[in-house]
Amino acid sequence: MHVVYPVVVSALLFSIGVYGVLARRNAILVLMSVELMLNAVNLNLVVFDVWLKDRLHSGQVLTLFVIVIAAAEVGLGLAIVLALFRNRRSIDVDRLRDLSERDAPAEDRS
Amino acid sequence: MTSEAPGLWPPSGPEIVFLLLGLVALGSALMVVTTRQLVHAALWLVVCFGALAGGYLVLTAEFVAWVQVLIYVGAIVVLLLFGIMLTRAPIGRSADLDSGNRWAAGLVAVSTAALLVSVVVAGFGAAYTPLEPGRGSAEELGSSIFRTWVLPFEALSVLLLAALIGAIVLSRTDIKGRE
Repeated sequence: MHVVYPVVVSALLFSIGVYGVLARRNAILVLMSVELMLNAVNLNLVVFDVWLKDRLHSGQVLTLFVIVIAAAEVGLGLAIVLALFRNRRSIDVDRLRDLSERDAPAEDRS
Repeated sequence: MTSEAPGLWPPSGPEIVFLLLGLVALGSALMVVTTRQLVHAALWLVVCFGALAGGYLVLTAEFVAWVQVLIYVGAIVVLLLFGIMLTRAPIGRSADLDSGNRWAAGLVAVSTAALLVSVVVAGFGAAYTPLEPGRGSAEELGSSIFRTWVLPFEALSVLLLAALIGAIVLSRTDIKGRE
């Protein structure tokens, strides 16, 4: 197995995740894109573990740890999104501008 | 590590399988970030994670592949679907899922992809390793986790407990702050 194939797939997957995080408005879709980026990192870890033939399996073990941390992250993230929805009735990240210096553009104000 | 590497083209049998799975994963990931229906995004995410699990199997990381299926497909996607239902998202097509800065986002993503792909092709273009089955089995990984990595493993279990308690506190409505 050439290392370059999986590594390129993982780089492309990561940039798709970057696009999703930046372009989506719904907070749950942003969380999904973060999951895509974490999966790209996992693929990288597995490939380099297989390539380097690490006797301690650090790459694959770290992949398992990242999967567990992703589960914790998505649980907490959804709890935060739900709390947000209870308070604001909206999870549109473009409209949550309380911490923004600039005012919202006129067409987004509601 | 790079001894007697065959040429990059034509790809061997496992590489063809991996490339097809990678194409499925990339295509469904694109659908996740571009589809107009929220529930379909979650279902495309299942396809993407399943294809990646197949890729792990090709890369001889069996245990990681099954953990991926169990936790990502089984737990995280279900959790995301719960989130979609609980926020009363529109089930059908909705036009306002993309924000106004999607062209800037596309630009950033394309430049990220160009940068990463050029760097990894320059860095690992000649790297080759033969696949040895069994290096990612549950036995190997389990003995590695419970011998070498047992301390991070325990720390991670504490982290999971903290995340669990945090999620409960955040999502219950009858816990008030101090007056």
